[in-house]
Amino acid sequence: MTANVIETQRLRRRFGDKVAVADLSIAVNRAEVFGFLGPNGAGKTTSLKMLLGLIEPTSGSGTLLGRPIGDRAARAKVGFLPEHFRFQDWLTGRELLRFHGRLYGLSGQALEAKADALLSRVDLQDAADRAVKGYSKGMTQRIGLAQALLNDPDVVFLDEPTSGMDPLGRLLVRDLIHELRARGTSVFLNSHLLGEVEATCDRVVFVKQGRVVHEMKLGAEAAGLEVELRVDGAPPDVLAAHGTLLASANGTTRLRVEHDSALPALAAALVHSGARLYAMTPHKRSLEATFLEVMGEDQRPG
Amino acid sequence: MRSLLTIVHLTLHEAARRRILAATLIGAGAFLLLYGIGFHFVAEKASHEVGMSSLRSRLLMNFLTLAGLYATHFLTLMTSVLLPVDTLSGDIASGVVQTLASKPVRRSSIVIGKWLAFALVAIAYFVLVSGGVLLIARLIGHFTPPGLAIGLPLMALDAVVLVALSIAGGARLATVTNGILVFGLYGLAFIGGWVEQIGTITGNEAAQNVGTVASLIMPTEALWQRAAYFMQPSVMRDLNWSPFSSGALPSMAMVWWAVVYAALALFWGIQGFRKRAL
Repeated sequence: MTANVIETQRLRRRFGDKVAVADLSIAVNRAEVFGFLGPNGAGKTTSLKMLLGLIEPTSGSGTLLGRPIGDRAARAKVGFLPEHFRFQDWLTGRELLRFHGRLYGLSGQALEAKADALLSRVDLQDAADRAVKGYSKGMTQRIGLAQALLNDPDVVFLDEPTSGMDPLGRLLVRDLIHELRARGTSVFLNSHLLGEVEATCDRVVFVKQGRVVHEMKLGAEAAGLEVELRVDGAPPDVLAAHGTLLASANGTTRLRVEHDSALPALAAALVHSGARLYAMTPHKRSLEATFLEVMGEDQRPG
Repeated sequence: MRSLLTIVHLTLHEAARRRILAATLIGAGAFLLLYGIGFHFVAEKASHEVGMSSLRSRLLMNFLTLAGLYATHFLTLMTSVLLPVDTLSGDIASGVVQTLASKPVRRSSIVIGKWLAFALVAIAYFVLVSGGVLLIARLIGHFTPPGLAIGLPLMALDAVVLVALSIAGGARLATVTNGILVFGLYGLAFIGGWVEQIGTITGNEAAQNVGTVASLIMPTEALWQRAAYFMQPSVMRDLNWSPFSSGALPSMAMVWWAVVYAALALFWGIQGFRKRAL
């Protein structure tokens, strides 16, 4: 039994002449929050839909919870919040949850209890018996989120979950994602909001024109620390030995090091070489900087 | 199985809420009102006519009732096509289908569940309107046509077939295209039916064949002709007395063909829906 809840091998999807997803090979672990980052038109939603069995891949393969993608039984333990969650808007929030719960095979008291709990969790208990038609965008997203969690899923797919939400709503989603991870649920997060991804994900892949172009870990072991040095007479080979030179101008040198544990060694080496070190300031590399670098100048979709 | 019933349940609510249903119900109400008034006047005039034999009177009542049922047939078919025409295509276009199809539910269950629910609503509509016509005939004309046990189920089958076609089309086509297709087929059957009638009366074999082919492409009119045949007294049929008496009785095979036709339509729709990127 693989530890991976999602695994794909060279998934590909064409629509006529257009290749939406060129070559997707990823793996997502248990209890991992996995970010799928990319500009619009990069193939993120198509990839997600292929995993959910909504779209059949042109070629390639994959597994979801150990079963081939498209398998119906695996979807019993999968939750999905589509990008623009729409449902029969004449249903009340509670009725909507009841309906979706039944499709998961839940019923009776257990279903009612679960619906109540989720309505509370997404802060919709007051609006539960009003028609969804009257909900704001944020409320609609929240009921959609509740629907995705009905069957205590092992994997949850969220496609731009905070779109249209106010800051409180976004905070709610973040907390929910952290809770899910703590419970052992994996989260597959599609987003173009870097701040959101940075705040929630363990690992991120960058997708461009249907391909994964970069992968990085976030959190404490995040790679890439940028150090700003004010130094005179620093020998280039000393700098090169400790990191990658990014820029050097007007007495300020920017160097990228792998980890902050490299900093004391760098300082010692500079002093030892006779250079005059005035200041050394590490900056944690932002996701935005990585994104812009990876995506490059050409950020046009597709 | 439970998923199927859940979908049927939701779709019944969906169908009941549709404005189209309200519109066709109002249409039916208006029709029944006019029909009742018209029936009343004809019956009254006939009862005052000196020397009208009871046979002729009965034939007249039968003709009026069949006319009412023919109108019912038309209203029911309209409802059967229009009510579900956008249920699947609309759900696909709006994205509602995404949360549905990503559940552990078979795509075929979605199609069949919707079909069952809309078929039930169409049959309920038919029962209501035909019941209205028969009630008027009974109360005003003191008349009930023969063969209702055969005729009415055949007419209900027509509704079921058209709902199947409308739903199946929606799985593959956009709403408007679907509507045009199904209506086009109905129109074909309608014209084919009359061409066959004329062909039978005038003895034109080519015209009769046109009618038969039209019935194979869309069996609705053939089913009506069979129903009408049984809902008339034999003397009326033999005399070719009314436009509803056709010379040729569509066979039982045509009924089976209608059943197979509905099944094939659903199968076509299910296959299309299963392959479709949602």
